[in-house]
Amino acid sequence: MIRRHLLGAVFALLVFSGGCGDDAPGAQFVFLLGAEPETIDPGQVTGQPGGRVASNLFEGLTYRHPVDLSPQPGMAERWDLSPDGRTYTFHLRRAEWSDGTPLTADDFVYAWERVLNPANAAKYANMLFPVRNAREYNNGEITDPSLLGFRAADDSTLVVTLHSPCAYFLDLCNFFTLLPVPPHVVEKYGDAWTRPEHIVSNGAFTLASWKLSRSFVFRKNPRYWNAAAVALESAEGLSTDNINASFNLYMSGVLDWTDSGAVPQFVVPEIKKRADFHVAPYFCTYFYRFNVTRPPYDDVRVRKALFLAMNRHDIVDYVTKAGQEVAHSLVPPGIPGYTEAHLPDQDVAEARRLLAEAGYPDGKGFPRTELLFNTSESHKNIAEVIQQQWKKNLGIDVVLVNQEWKVFLATTQALDFWVARGSWIGDYLDPNTFLDMWQSDNGNNRTGFSDPDYDALVDRAARTVDPAERMALLHEAEDWVLNREMIILPVYYYVVQNLYDDRDFAGLTPNLLNTVDLKAVRPLRGHRGRPREKHFDRAAIPAPAPPATVAGE
Amino acid sequence: MIDYLIRRLLSTVPLLFVILLASFAFMRSAPGGPFDNERKLPPQIEANLRAKYHLDEPLLRQFGRYLGGVMHGDLGPSFKYQGRSVNEIIAQSLPVSLTLGVLALFMALLLGVPIGIVGALHHNHFKDYALMSVALFGICVPNFVLGPILIILFSFGLGLLPAGGWGSPLQILLPAVTLGAIRAAYVARLARAGMLEVIRQDFIRTARAKGLSERVVVMKHALRLAILPVLSYLGPATASILVGSVVVERIFNIPGLGSFFVNSAINRDYTMAMGTVLLYSVLLITLNLVVDVLYAVVDPRVELK
Repeated sequence: MIRRHLLGAVFALLVFSGGCGDDAPGAQFVFLLGAEPETIDPGQVTGQPGGRVASNLFEGLTYRHPVDLSPQPGMAERWDLSPDGRTYTFHLRRAEWSDGTPLTADDFVYAWERVLNPANAAKYANMLFPVRNAREYNNGEITDPSLLGFRAADDSTLVVTLHSPCAYFLDLCNFFTLLPVPPHVVEKYGDAWTRPEHIVSNGAFTLASWKLSRSFVFRKNPRYWNAAAVALESAEGLSTDNINASFNLYMSGVLDWTDSGAVPQFVVPEIKKRADFHVAPYFCTYFYRFNVTRPPYDDVRVRKALFLAMNRHDIVDYVTKAGQEVAHSLVPPGIPGYTEAHLPDQDVAEARRLLAEAGYPDGKGFPRTELLFNTSESHKNIAEVIQQQWKKNLGIDVVLVNQEWKVFLATTQALDFWVARGSWIGDYLDPNTFLDMWQSDNGNNRTGFSDPDYDALVDRAARTVDPAERMALLHEAEDWVLNREMIILPVYYYVVQNLYDDRDFAGLTPNLLNTVDLKAVRPLRGHRGRPREKHFDRAAIPAPAPPATVAGE
Repeated sequence: MIDYLIRRLLSTVPLLFVILLASFAFMRSAPGGPFDNERKLPPQIEANLRAKYHLDEPLLRQFGRYLGGVMHGDLGPSFKYQGRSVNEIIAQSLPVSLTLGVLALFMALLLGVPIGIVGALHHNHFKDYALMSVALFGICVPNFVLGPILIILFSFGLGLLPAGGWGSPLQILLPAVTLGAIRAAYVARLARAGMLEVIRQDFIRTARAKGLSERVVVMKHALRLAILPVLSYLGPATASILVGSVVVERIFNIPGLGSFFVNSAINRDYTMAMGTVLLYSVLLITLNLVVDVLYAVVDPRVELK
């Protein structure tokens, strides 16, 4: 009898302990963050989940317009650019940190030096390399921080000197790495400064709580300079990396917003019809890399033949099915002022002719090569289609090989492959982010392609001040890696696949980088926490509310 | 008894050392490292990172350094989650997994033992066959099938329980049932076998002859010994719950140690992986020791040597 009571008591004790609810009262807006971030320190952030947290807590000199991503005045009210395009003078507005400490230009100097300091091993330090002496300081060539190309002329003036004009520098200013950090907090708490009990922010929100592998809770920052335009009082970002569980959480009403991290491929055909399934262009391209140092792929005719033999429409229509577009270029469309390169359509006859010219008529004598991708059902499906198309149209056999992610990275880094799957998301809205990676010394190249003339072309474009001339040079560079050398095989442009209900919140229209900008979100019906309707037809709902006015406009 | 305990505890030390050495060797021999990423790090930065985490030192020295830390109770910094130590991550996620595991175990016992006993007492009758069929079903259905089925039924179908997450008692129910139900099936079959064996013994016949009620015979006399096979299953049961919890935590989005463990292998987070292996080993060894001691307590015929 005692045993039974004891059992019951322990049972009850455990149920109410062990991680039970000190949950914050329900947040107004619950969104999917993604996997647990490695860090939320803006100077160290590399991944999207950490970036989503950092960009809502901190604001840089500029911030991204939630719809077209153009740089808007953030901490910098206005700025002047010298005629040679190399020196920016940022005039900061009067702003404070969430603990009342005034924000000064020195905070930026501190933050940027901290990123470039080699001892801190910041992974995205290269975002600051347009600044004079930044690269040299980061790789230890110079050790005096006063030589760096940025200084605080006074409390509200930051002068930045670049080593050559950089057309997208204002975009870089809102990237995570260039966000300011509070020196008084970082110095006092060291690595623990981002804990919710210590952290201090200058952005639209503060961090109310951070439960490991569970969620981040954001609270509106009353000291934010534009707090009046921020509609949300609280928000919660869930850290989960299980795609099926996330989908369940959306459908049961716990999540108000998710991205493709909650859309398993097999549900796409069914939920495509739903009005809360939103598809929009994403600034990311899916492609295959050639190892141009390994025969037979060292012959450009072979590479072109393989491209022309592909029918990429089959892939987007029957495999991915979410409305992706076949890639006619490497750089996704959508950059104002830039015309992408144009790849030819499928041309099997020309493909066969090229392959024969290269010495493999009808595929005879073509060596056994491998098509490599990182383990995933969807990559496998795509690879199978390509394998079959090459067999049918060219008569060549490729073997499919998949490797676990880290192994895959090591293999491609070592150039130990023939053809390998890849993808690239642009960091900022400029073609350069897709084109400087093919330079000889860029670690993201991984094709073995190395041409000093190409390197010079990209460098020249980076230094060109006139926008039209610069875009023309970049177009030439893109054309080079595609139509001239075909070092990669673009397949399709990714699409944003977001789940959210227009009737509940406004301001969620996806942008090209699929950022989550909490200060632009406005509750309409708000968070309801009830399971979604099983059928939610597009035709049934009225047109969504017009996009929310942007904070600051 | 004390002698026995001391001897057992002493023998675990070399065992744990071997486990640590083996997991260190396995982790380091896997291709790829913790800082490999889609975006390649500039070489200077990568060198700085490796120096910061002592990855540039000879392997044996790194192992020695790690071992020194472990002996002071410090499992090292996580290579993946900057600024967090392995101790801290375990401290936050282990209570969650433990709660889930213990509840699942209770569910297994609370469901399994009565089912097994009733089956044994109605041996070869309809009740027995019905209950054992249910048990067989439980053994065959894997938790990644049972979990989603329960979600469909109770979350989306009846709308009674949440589909995942952690924090309120309602959220614990479905994961505990998923994790426990399968072990309950094993427990049922074991309890039935144990009860069948005991019920035929002479002393039971004596008890019945003395005129004791069936309830007293079963609960007071037979149960103690019928439980023995179940007790010895507790060790492997805990092991399978620890392993199974990884899947269940994924399905229900529970912030437990299981998902950290799997991710640490995928991310090559060396310290996190080794720390979790060490923890699981200690748990299992302790549990097996507890089971052996319980055995001696429950069955007067057993003597610990």
